[in-house]
Amino acid sequence: MRNLTLSLLLIGAATGSVTWLLGQQISGQIEKNPGKPRVAVTDFQASGAAAPLIAAFNTTVANDLASSPVLNLVPKTSYPLQPPQQPSDLIPGVAPPGTGSVAIQAKRLTDWSLPPVTANYLGIGYGAEDRGMFVAFGWFYSTATNLPSIQQAQIFGKIYTASLDEAGAIDAGHRYAADILAQLGGKSLVGTRIVFVSDRTGSKEIWVMNWDGTAERQLTRYNSLSSFPSASPDGRMVAFTTYASGTPAIQMLSIDSGRKLPFYNQRASMNSFVTFTPDSKRVIFSSTAGGGPAQLYMANVDGSDLHRITASGGIEVEAKINPKTGADLVDVSGRGGMPQIYQMTMEGTDVRRISAGTGEATNPSWNPDGAHIAFAWTKGFEPGNYNIFVMDVASRQTTQLTANEGRNENPTWAPDGAHIVYASKRGRQSQIWVMNADGTGKRQLTKTGNNEKPFWVNAEQ
Amino acid sequence: MTKCRALLISCSALMLILDAGCKKKTPPPPPPPAPAPAPPAANKPVINYFTAEPTTVSSGQPSSLRWSVNDANNVQIDNGIGQVSPNGRRAVYPTATTTYHMTATGPGGTAESDATVTVSAPPPPPPPPPAAKSTPAEILARQVQDVHFDYDKSDIRPEEQATLSADATALKTIFSMDPSFVVTIEGHCDERGSAEYNIGLGDRRSAAVRDALVGMGIPGDKLKTVSYGKERPICTDANESCYARNRRAHFSAGQ
Repeated sequence: MRNLTLSLLLIGAATGSVTWLLGQQISGQIEKNPGKPRVAVTDFQASGAAAPLIAAFNTTVANDLASSPVLNLVPKTSYPLQPPQQPSDLIPGVAPPGTGSVAIQAKRLTDWSLPPVTANYLGIGYGAEDRGMFVAFGWFYSTATNLPSIQQAQIFGKIYTASLDEAGAIDAGHRYAADILAQLGGKSLVGTRIVFVSDRTGSKEIWVMNWDGTAERQLTRYNSLSSFPSASPDGRMVAFTTYASGTPAIQMLSIDSGRKLPFYNQRASMNSFVTFTPDSKRVIFSSTAGGGPAQLYMANVDGSDLHRITASGGIEVEAKINPKTGADLVDVSGRGGMPQIYQMTMEGTDVRRISAGTGEATNPSWNPDGAHIAFAWTKGFEPGNYNIFVMDVASRQTTQLTANEGRNENPTWAPDGAHIVYASKRGRQSQIWVMNADGTGKRQLTKTGNNEKPFWVNAEQ
Repeated sequence: MTKCRALLISCSALMLILDAGCKKKTPPPPPPPAPAPAPPAANKPVINYFTAEPTTVSSGQPSSLRWSVNDANNVQIDNGIGQVSPNGRRAVYPTATTTYHMTATGPGGTAESDATVTVSAPPPPPPPPPAAKSTPAEILARQVQDVHFDYDKSDIRPEEQATLSADATALKTIFSMDPSFVVTIEGHCDERGSAEYNIGLGDRRSAAVRDALVGMGIPGDKLKTVSYGKERPICTDANESCYARNRRAHFSAGQ
């Protein structure tokens, strides 16, 4: 048996299509996230007023889990037909051989840990209406067979209450999926938002929406030109550029209350493009306060205690502080001709170009891991033909995520490091899209007017 | 035959015989016609009145000649009017003071009369409208032209120097007309580069034009700059002609 195990391991390593699990061998399944746990979550059923809403709940859970890098969601096609709905449905032990009822009733955890499902974890539950609210009962089990009892196998069981409508069912689905992801080390997107620019009211204003595109809300009403938003890592503040006083100047708002926060703008033709330190206490931005082309300056979050960082002789814009280390930054510089992406310390030393030097490279955005950036690049194409790329900063290795889908720019990463929001202009209009970090799963979020310059905001801390 | 008839015939015959037979006597000459009676003496023509009303008009304005004449068989008025009936009226439009002379003739003689229409000096014409005086804003809009740039560049091309010089001249005129006038130089870009970098590039373009104008003697405190990047295009076609138009420094009034 050991020799067989070893040779199967070698075959698995060679082909990448065989995965070891609990000493059992499976074959023929291509894993999205090799080495990560396999999770099965049943389609919850519901009766009464909750019945029409449960499909939205199930779809939301499946989407959130399928797009995560920390697990592999087992496709429902391999699930038994009558799964358990609550803990009392579960019975211990292994189905006797030849029972024939395994594939149908699957009330044993081993019905889920064995082929064809071969899951490490199982989520079960159901939905209902309770006193006018939508309620989902959700449980999460480990299927490891070395656990002494079903009770010990249960990782959590929770009740998710929401409004008795589709938005409520979706919200409950997000929360259940987030709890599963939290168990497996993934960061949840629940509570995260996207700030962006929309001209649907006739002028470019700053807007905010939930990360899934719901609840769009207008933040500014300046009837001027307001654009280029960025948010503080604590999820509370949005900084942006507005022409409300005549020249481009920085404005800060509380995202929740819309209240203006103080920021002292230097006397300059231009102050713009704010990035925050990881503790949300200081900022770096571009300013022409020193005369000449825009340069990078650091200040407190209210604009006080200013000091200059760069003196390059070229245009310096779009500084982005490393969110993990806070010790270096990338920016866009025209010091070498066409705009390229450079990296430097927070003091402006040790400057090096990290983009290839061809075409125009702009809109850099850090992955929360502090090791990758997404950016927009024309590569070998004509000016204006931008696509989204991801670069491993250390190795400079670059992957293209969009192609032949219009002009794609302003990517920013989700806090889970697994999703990217960006703007795509196909034809005359720009809209905001989201995709997985590998370029799959592209989904349009906005529809009304021109929407651009999205920035993913962390959940409030 | 009756007795009367026979008598008549015989009388007639007798007369004939007598007539023929009585040629011997000469009838007396008829008396001379009575002399024609002397015609009565004719009345002289009388111009009852010959007037103009009003007697004073402005040039070209009408006046009404009115007259009444007795005992004339030919009434004439000069100044181009000619023969008129003995009683009448006529509108005249003299452009200068005119004396109209009436001559009425008849068997009794001639009568004459004058009527004068005085043409007063016309009111002075209104003064011609003053020639439209250019305002600083008009000069700015019409004479201060955009300066254009190459892609990703903010340096002033040699072929733009003439435009810059003309702009400087017009700006000097503007500032001498109105020392409080302020001009904003806007920097713009075409739509192909990133919006963020173009804010920086537009700022360089407006600064380059401002520096050039200051070098030509325009006071720096009267020139403000602002960059609009690619946010305020004047055309949106995806071709080089439109791109080139958008790569510009544009002049607007005020700050």
